[in-house]
Amino acid sequence: MSDGTLYDKVWENHKVTELPNGQDQLFIGLHLVHEVTSPQAFGMLRERDLNVAYPERTFATTDHIVPTQEEKRKRPLEDEKSEEMLDALETNTGENGITFFDFESGKQGITHVVAPELGLSQPGMTVACGDSHTATHGAFGSIGVGIGTSQIRDVLATGCIAADKQKVRRIEIEGSLGEGVYAKDIILKIIQELGVDGGVGHVYEYGGPAIEELDMEGRLAICNMSIEGGARAGYINPDETTYEYLRGREYVPEGEAFDELVEYWESIKSDADAEYDDVVTINVDDIDPLVTWGINPGQVIEVSEPIPAPSDLPTQTEQEAAEQALDHMELSPGDSMLGYDVDVAFLGTCTNGRVSDFEVAADIIEGQQVPDDVWALAVPGSETVRKECEARGIDQTFIEAGWEWRRAGCSMCLAMNDDKLGADEVCASSSNRNFIGRQGDKDGRTVLMSPAMVAAAAVEGEVTDARRFLDDGPSDVLAADDVEEVAD
Amino acid sequence: MSGENHITEVSGTGVPIPGDDIDTDQILPARFMKEVTFDNMADYLFYDARRDDDGEFNDHPLNEFEGANIAVVNKNFGCGSSREHAPQAMMRWGVDGVVGETFAEIFADNCKSLGIPAATADKETVTALQEWIREHPDGDVEIDVEDETVTYGETTVDVDIDSSMQEALVDGIWDTTALMYSNMSKVEATVDGLPYVESDE
Repeated sequence: MSDGTLYDKVWENHKVTELPNGQDQLFIGLHLVHEVTSPQAFGMLRERDLNVAYPERTFATTDHIVPTQEEKRKRPLEDEKSEEMLDALETNTGENGITFFDFESGKQGITHVVAPELGLSQPGMTVACGDSHTATHGAFGSIGVGIGTSQIRDVLATGCIAADKQKVRRIEIEGSLGEGVYAKDIILKIIQELGVDGGVGHVYEYGGPAIEELDMEGRLAICNMSIEGGARAGYINPDETTYEYLRGREYVPEGEAFDELVEYWESIKSDADAEYDDVVTINVDDIDPLVTWGINPGQVIEVSEPIPAPSDLPTQTEQEAAEQALDHMELSPGDSMLGYDVDVAFLGTCTNGRVSDFEVAADIIEGQQVPDDVWALAVPGSETVRKECEARGIDQTFIEAGWEWRRAGCSMCLAMNDDKLGADEVCASSSNRNFIGRQGDKDGRTVLMSPAMVAAAAVEGEVTDARRFLDDGPSDVLAADDVEEVAD
Repeated sequence: MSGENHITEVSGTGVPIPGDDIDTDQILPARFMKEVTFDNMADYLFYDARRDDDGEFNDHPLNEFEGANIAVVNKNFGCGSSREHAPQAMMRWGVDGVVGETFAEIFADNCKSLGIPAATADKETVTALQEWIREHPDGDVEIDVEDETVTYGETTVDVDIDSSMQEALVDGIWDTTALMYSNMSKVEATVDGLPYVESDE
């Protein structure tokens, strides 16, 4: 049992009572709502003749189904089913007095991008949303949990969820990242080490020098993928970086009220002598950029490493999963991912659709041209991100390099809009999941990587080490040709 | 709470769905979530795995074991997206209970919300059950939620059911909205203690 961690303190502050089934009733300080998982919940609420208990703690945006092409963002939406979902969200939020960041608001975007940038996500909160990547908000030092639709009904009706307290695993990240290696690489490394189900029964507390060095956007990318490691939530203790980020944001109080909040935020940090159920240490001093080679986010290697042979893997489970992955990806043991042909480059999502992600990618693609046979898609995580990128001219860098510069949404992460992979296509993606069928076609193939690596893959039309494009990158970076020579 | 909410056992016939890390994108592909009700979800259950390139049913277990109501799965079942559409689709297809090696947590939470017991057992136990079902597609399988056992043929094996899930199902208190709604005055007291929530005054 953990003791004195941020998780313990925030849990205690939000615990209403213990329920007869042994679970805790936990108050949710911020409830985020989107169009896909909420209409059924509002329906259940109506069936029971209940109202939304805390509309002022509830915020909605639309992300999963929205078209990202400028000309298609007109109401009614061309796709009838999408229009029906958007219409339902509009009605449900309107009838219940819930703030909805719709197209006209200029703030529409992915829940996990919008809430942080508006200052809705703050340290010491509990955050829930009908989306597994709610873990993202833990970057501020909150407990963010993804919930199902019946639980959305719970939060709407009572402001609470029924939940079991989890164990806390501290993941200490030592060392410091080399040039061209990013937060995304850290989280892929963690999932590689601990497995896609390694976090079941746990929340992850990320800490250590490499985490403390990260800016908020890097921290958001790490916490975002906690769920890919099987953890129920992931968080980072708040610090000056957190407070500096929050200062002046739209929903963050100013002056004395801010200082009072900082006192609360300081009080909920894990104690120096906090007890954890488990502590894991990972050093990132020498890691290269990582890429997935398989069909879950744990099937990942540093880009210059050979793909493992199933027979070399420790368990029968992993061996069978590797066989299936190699078959789907059309890869063989010992192959390098360097030189793996890419048809689509997708930059965006709640993992890596923030301004710094486009900034990093723009540095790489500047002056380069996407080959004709590559479809490169840049989709800002929110309209605020888009406007900021446009104000800084980042969009022009993308457009000049042959990318499509789109409006905000989830897009090709899960392909609920028009942006889908074609059969057999390979996508270099900054998203969080490489599951079969995830990007809209059951034969499509997804390779997860950092935004810099996506940008480099777009330029080359194949998986490549992005550090080759960095002026100050390391000099010993391998290219695809080098690997073939080694193989010869 | 009315008696109909008590779930002490589920019984019927089984369907093995083999494979580790089966994610909710496979169980219910996202492109079929564009509906504002769960009514049609059974049609989309394991859509890509159950159909060949022409959209015809293939030899997927869900096609072979039609009418089954106990799904037997392997490790980390239901990982990935939080979508309740996945267990909703299983329930609407006919699944009343699941036995597996392990479940992803949000998926297990969703099962509880729907009154679907999710029991776990070790790999050998689960594999033996899957094998038995293949050999006895019409054989009776029963999950006893109270005793935490699964009985098939002449065999009874111990399984684990998460204690809060067990309590909720057996006592008929898995409707968490009703449970929590009765504590609204306590909720107010908790909220008053939170510095980030502005009071109404």
